[in-house]
Amino acid sequence: MDYETLKLVWWLLIGVLLVGFAIMDGHDMGMGVLLPFVGRNDLERRAVINTVAPHWDGNQVWFITAGGAIFAAWPMVYATAFSGFYWAMMAALWALFFRPVGFDYRSKIQNPAWRSTWDWGLFIGGAVPPIIFGVAFGNLLQGVPFHFDDILMSTYTGSFWQLLNPFALLAGVVSLGMITFQGANYLMMRTEGDIYRRTRSASLLFGTLTFITFALAGWWVATGIDGYVITSTVDPNGLPDPLAKTVATAAGAWMTNYHTYAWAKWVPIAAFAALATGILFARLDKAGLAFWSSSVACAGIIGTAGVSMFPFIMPSSSDPRSSLTVYDAVSSHLTLGLMLGATVIFMPLIIFYTSWCYKVMWGKVTTEFIAANDKSAY
Amino acid sequence: MLTEELVDLSRLQFAVTALYHFLFVPLTLGLAFILVIMELTYVITDRPIYKDMVRFWGKLFGINFALGVTTGITMEFQFGTNWAYYSHYVGDIFGAPLAIEGLMAFFLESTFIGLFFFGWDRLNKWKHFMVTVLMAVGSNLSALWILIANGWMQDPVGATFSFVTMRMEMSDFWAIVFNPTAQAKFVHTVSAGYVTASLFVLGISSYYLLKGRDLDFARRSFRIAAGFGFASALSVIVLGDESGYTVSESQKTKMAAIEAMWETEPAPAAFTLFAVPNEKAERNDYELQIPYALGLIGTRSLTKTMPGIKEIKARNRERIENGIHAVVALEQLRRNHDDKAALAQFEAHKADLGFGLLLKKYIVDVSQATPEMIQQAVDDTVPRVAPLFWSFRFMVALGFLFLLLFSFALLYSIKGNFIEKKWLLRWALWFIPMPWIAAELGWIVAEYGRQPWTIYGVLPTHISVSNISVGNIYGSLAGFVGFYTVLLIVEMYLMTKYARQGPASLGTGKYHNEKSAGGALPASAPANPI
Repeated sequence: MDYETLKLVWWLLIGVLLVGFAIMDGHDMGMGVLLPFVGRNDLERRAVINTVAPHWDGNQVWFITAGGAIFAAWPMVYATAFSGFYWAMMAALWALFFRPVGFDYRSKIQNPAWRSTWDWGLFIGGAVPPIIFGVAFGNLLQGVPFHFDDILMSTYTGSFWQLLNPFALLAGVVSLGMITFQGANYLMMRTEGDIYRRTRSASLLFGTLTFITFALAGWWVATGIDGYVITSTVDPNGLPDPLAKTVATAAGAWMTNYHTYAWAKWVPIAAFAALATGILFARLDKAGLAFWSSSVACAGIIGTAGVSMFPFIMPSSSDPRSSLTVYDAVSSHLTLGLMLGATVIFMPLIIFYTSWCYKVMWGKVTTEFIAANDKSAY
Repeated sequence: MLTEELVDLSRLQFAVTALYHFLFVPLTLGLAFILVIMELTYVITDRPIYKDMVRFWGKLFGINFALGVTTGITMEFQFGTNWAYYSHYVGDIFGAPLAIEGLMAFFLESTFIGLFFFGWDRLNKWKHFMVTVLMAVGSNLSALWILIANGWMQDPVGATFSFVTMRMEMSDFWAIVFNPTAQAKFVHTVSAGYVTASLFVLGISSYYLLKGRDLDFARRSFRIAAGFGFASALSVIVLGDESGYTVSESQKTKMAAIEAMWETEPAPAAFTLFAVPNEKAERNDYELQIPYALGLIGTRSLTKTMPGIKEIKARNRERIENGIHAVVALEQLRRNHDDKAALAQFEAHKADLGFGLLLKKYIVDVSQATPEMIQQAVDDTVPRVAPLFWSFRFMVALGFLFLLLFSFALLYSIKGNFIEKKWLLRWALWFIPMPWIAAELGWIVAEYGRQPWTIYGVLPTHISVSNISVGNIYGSLAGFVGFYTVLLIVEMYLMTKYARQGPASLGTGKYHNEKSAGGALPASAPANPI
């Protein structure tokens, strides 16, 4: 496979991994966000937690693998984004600390204060990372102040607080809404009674919130945010060197791909349609269809951000030619090919055995079940 | 600006978080296989006590595993947050094993660990056994890929430097996978994990035996741990020796420092049992040696010599002086990719590029380096001797004590009278923390011993860091110390609580405190008959 094709394939594959993360880890993070509100007593909360008990750890690997794949396929993005967004990354990391210990330690001690503390820990671990990742995307869309020196060492020249600008915060809300919608639809499949009724209301609320904020963010990008364009010729097969190009900002540039490629507009359309059907199915008590709809919505929303910016991944607002694109932020031809091989072999296996695990554990988790399995359940 | 403070703080944070993460890894690696052995015994014999053993030791496994996962994510994040130039410079090679680890190993381990805990009632016993096996295989494969990545840092095979992309690029994936340094590290590290877990089970079982409770349960656990532990303790020593035997330059430097061997000795070199290394004078003030031993261990021959520190430094001085030409040519090439003269100069000296970069710690324009700076850079190429010398010796001494302990444990397990050997039970109980100390010392030998490089001979630690303000790292370091202290207290509390409670924590109604003292169980917790 030629280098250009591999570069494009890896743009797509990183997208697939991020979508996989949103669908899989998203539903147990969404569970965390809803936990303190849809479970009103200890047994109810344990029922909610145990819907994901056998799965959260495997789901979290989508996140870790997406991180590893960005390291391997886009090392410059990994280096620049993680060091530039230092405090945001630390906050996401520390929030994630609450998940493994929250899940495993919460019910090992009877004390209500102990359990309630970990419930809020799971809330933080579910809510903070999606907000931060949304805020990060919001900043990518606006460009980030960083530059490379002549040995390609990156320096971020902004502050932590400027990452929290209004548009980025809106993107954070879209992301949180999307993940919580996903979590609510999952919980509808796995719970019953009062918990089910509460998660159904949450699904309707967060589905609607996501629909509105996503529309608002789209309108903002189209009218209020300057996109980036490459103004020099780029050899898509060339050795990656971000400093070899020139870049300019232009109003409405993030809309260009929707004019150039006829298929591109179907990505945001799919996002809106899936959000709408997700809300509808939740209303009609079709939990399974609602879950699949919100999964498609995750793909549509993440895809919309990716397609709007293509070929940019991380534009630089302070030194536009340092911007990172799918052509010049990538690994070598050999590494991309090798990683593609590994993904083609292992991804189907992962999907297969993960599905088997869900199938084995499938069914409603009830408070009666928790009471009967006090020692072995979370 | 990459100040020394920035570099030192970045290193300190990485060391703290890696040493902490490694508190949880060895037990996971080893206990997973002990669970496999126990469960295999269960599916073959069909005796419920073995199922209880899997479930009880599995509970402790879970408490440990939770923190392993928590602290593992930190390691992945940190390459990007604090070692950004490293990530750029070697991501093309280093990222691949990490990503493959996720795809091939971590998914397997983490997906099946859920079914291990929660699938008992939904899977028949053979299927559940298969789940446990896959979990154990996943965790050990995970270690394999991480150590392939780490082995490459020690011995960077299968990669070349590109001046256009200004980084190392992969040229031979299989050379990286089958790197002898990586393979030796893998077997040594997983064996150390098996020893850790065996001693953990042995020690806690001994506690029950000393207290005279849950005798049947403890006796069976003790025997399994004794057998598995003996085999592992033997392999950790034999295969540890193997990782000294590898031939790379980095290991030779490390070996010379570990042995406080200043001069190249005629073959076969003596092994220094005890010494007071004097860094300034480059000699040992006092030493006690075993003739021939080191030469045999290190080269497996009576005729091959091993280089001493002074010889290594002399060679490295040449490489640094050569490297200056490579760095100068590279800087010209970065300004103009088509500069033919610079390219020729670069090609002639590029093998020593990394050594030239060592001078960047002292001066921006390395062509202006003074003889003093070059001397400093030469001295930097060998890590400080005393910490390595002593870490290594304590680790090895512990390794032999483990072998001794497990030999007795196995011997009396076969004789069947270990319950009467109170001294052995007490030894096992009080020795529980020791494998952790040995493992941490091993980490220090491997990683501190690689300094001043992150990638031996290729990338100095000094220029591997993220170009961020030191205030950031003070803040994050404080955060890590705070979080990790609280988490460790919580983990130790739960571990101790459940270890003390013993198999009664399963609520089967068959164990200590459950039969005699009626009030031991809370009323709200109904027994869960199997």
